[in-house]
Amino acid sequence: MNAVVTLHGLYKDYETDAGPVPALRYLDLSIEAGEFVAIMGPSGSGKSTLMNLLGCLDVATSGEYLLNGRDVGGLSQNELAEVRSSVIGFVFQGFNLLPRASLATNVALPLVYQRVERRARRERAAAILQQVGLGDRLDSLPPRISGGQQQRVAIARALVTNPRLILADEPTGNLDSVTGREIMTLFQRINRDSGISIILVTHDLNVAHYATRLVYLVDGTIQYDGAVAEFHEPAPELP
Amino acid sequence: MILFSLLEALQAMAANRLRTLLTAMGIMIGVAAVVLMVSIGEGTQKQVTDSIKSMGANMLVVRSGSHSHGGVRGGAGGVQSLTEQDAHAIALLPGALLAAPMVQSGVQVVYGPNNWGTTAIGTTADYLQIRNWELASGRDFSDSEMQSGMRVAMIGQDVASELFGRDDPVGRMMRIQQSPFRIIGLLSIKGQSLDGRSQDDAILVPLRTAQRQLFGSRFQGSVSFIMVQAVDDAAMTPLQRNIGLLLRQRHHLADKADDDFSVTNMAEVTETASQITGMLSILLGAIASISLFVGGIGIMNIMIVSVTERTREIGIRMALGARRSDIMLQFLMESVIITVAGGVVGIFAGIGLSLLASEMFGIWAVITPMPIVLAFFVSMAVGVFFGLYPARKAALMRPIDALRYQG
Repeated sequence: MNAVVTLHGLYKDYETDAGPVPALRYLDLSIEAGEFVAIMGPSGSGKSTLMNLLGCLDVATSGEYLLNGRDVGGLSQNELAEVRSSVIGFVFQGFNLLPRASLATNVALPLVYQRVERRARRERAAAILQQVGLGDRLDSLPPRISGGQQQRVAIARALVTNPRLILADEPTGNLDSVTGREIMTLFQRINRDSGISIILVTHDLNVAHYATRLVYLVDGTIQYDGAVAEFHEPAPELP
Repeated sequence: MILFSLLEALQAMAANRLRTLLTAMGIMIGVAAVVLMVSIGEGTQKQVTDSIKSMGANMLVVRSGSHSHGGVRGGAGGVQSLTEQDAHAIALLPGALLAAPMVQSGVQVVYGPNNWGTTAIGTTADYLQIRNWELASGRDFSDSEMQSGMRVAMIGQDVASELFGRDDPVGRMMRIQQSPFRIIGLLSIKGQSLDGRSQDDAILVPLRTAQRQLFGSRFQGSVSFIMVQAVDDAAMTPLQRNIGLLLRQRHHLADKADDDFSVTNMAEVTETASQITGMLSILLGAIASISLFVGGIGIMNIMIVSVTERTREIGIRMALGARRSDIMLQFLMESVIITVAGGVVGIFAGIGLSLLASEMFGIWAVITPMPIVLAFFVSMAVGVFFGLYPARKAALMRPIDALRYQG
C-alpha cells in the first residue's frame, strides 16, 4: 500500500437556496507516492472542490478519502489541522505570504504549529530557502521581492515540514511565462529529488506537461486519467 | 508558542500603531479614572475616620436644649440650662469616665500688631483628655488656675501661627477681648472636624475665667455643652439614657415637660458619616468602572475589525496547520497586550492625577496598593473578556471560507 491519496466514491454537494448542487460525483482515484499529477478541467468541473477536499480544508458529503493510508473522514477540526501540518504542503496562486514577516519567518511558520523550537525553525527555514535559491534573502520582506521569488518562498514554506504531498493551486497563474517555467522546473526537481507527490491544478496544458499524469474533470466526474503526453484537450463545448 | 504569539501580536500592533494607541487609550482612561476615583473615595473616607478619631472616642455631647415657655419653643442652646454641677454629677454615673463642661464664644485675640478672630472655649482640664488632644509644648491648667479663674490660655496651632508666626508662643502675654492672658500651652495639630472647620483655630481658657471675665454677663454659672466620655463602646447607650434621667431630675422637670437639653451619641453620628463616605466611594468607583467598560467595548470593536481584515491570513495559517486554539491565542494575546499596556499607563496616569488633585484642589486622595493591583488585573480581565468573542470568531472560521475571502 504505497498510495498517498485514495478516493472511493467521493461525493460532495453544496447547499444552495435551490437545493443541494453536486460538485463532485462519486470520484475514485488513487495517487501513488512520488507521482506528479496535473488536474485540469473547465470552470465548474469541480477542480477547486477536489483540491479543498484533498487538502483537508473541507470534508466530503460522502465517500472515503484515505490520505497516506489514514481515513480523514470524520476527523475533528483540530485533527484535520494536524494532518495538514504533518502531511500536506500548500502552494497557492496568490503566494499567500504574510507581508510583514521576513522570508525566514514565513517559511518557518508551519513549524510553529508543529511546536518546533525557535532556533531549529530558523535553521530549517534557512536550509530550505537555500535550496530554492533564496539563501541570501532570509530577512527580506515579501513585498520587496519579485513574484517568482515570492512563489519560491511559498514552495519553501510547503517543503519545510517535509510533507508527503504538495498541493499546488494554479501556482503559475500570477507569473509571466518565463518565471512560470522556472517555477514548474523547480516543482519537477523537488518531485524527482525528494519523491514528494505533487498534485497541481491548472487550466494551462503547457503547465500540465511538467507533470507525468493528468486527470481531467468534467461536471464532477473524471473524464480522462492517464499520461499527459497522450491527452488532447477537448474543444470547449458551445452552449 | 506563548512567546511566539507575543512577538506576533506586537508585530501586528506595530503595523497599526495609531489604532492600537487609540484603543489602549480607552483602557488607559478607564483605569486612570478608576485609580483616581478610588483614591479620592479612600481619601475622603480617611478624612472622615481621622476626624472621628480626632473627636475623641466613646463620646456623648450634652447640649443645653430648647426651652418651652408658654408654647414658644426656642431652638437648641436657646437657654443655658446646664451647669458645671451637672457635669460633676454626670461624671459620677456608672459607665461615665470623664465629663467636661464647656462654654464657647467667638473672641478677638491680639498680640502686638496682630489680631485674629477665633473661638474661645472655657472648660476644664478633662476636656483635652476626652478629645484625646495633646500639648505640643507648655502645660495644662493647674488646679489653682481652675479654682480661681486666672487669665491663662492654651492656644491652637492656627491661632499660634496667626499671632506669633514661627515664634514659640508659650510664656507670652496676649489680649483676649480687653484682658491680658498668659499663654501656658500650645496644643498639637488636630486637623479638620467633620463639618470641615479647623479644630486648631481655638483657644482654651479655664471655665471659671471664661464665665466671669470673657462672657460673664451671658452665662451666669451655666455652661453650653458637657462632653462626656464613656468607659467603652457598650456603655454608650445606657449612659445616654441615664444622663437623660439624671438631668431631668436635676432640672426638676415635670413628667410631661420636654427635655431642656439634648444628648447626642457621637458614635451614631460618625457611623452615619462613614456610611455616607462609603457610599460615595462605591459610587465614584462605579462611575469610573463605566469608562473602563466603554474602553473594553472599544477593544472588542477593534478586535472584530482586525479579525475581519485578517480573515485571509487566518485561512493561510489554518492551511499551514494552525489549530483553532493557536488562532484564538494569537488574537487574545493582542487584546490582552493592549489592555495591559493601557492599564499600566492608566495606573500611572491615575496616580499622577490623584497627586495633582490633592496638590491643586485640596482634594484628599489616598493611594493604596490594593486598587492599583486590582486595576491591573481588571484591565487584564477586560482584555480577555472583550477579546474572547473576536478571537473565537477568528478561531471558528472554516479554512476554505477564510482562504477564499477577498479583503
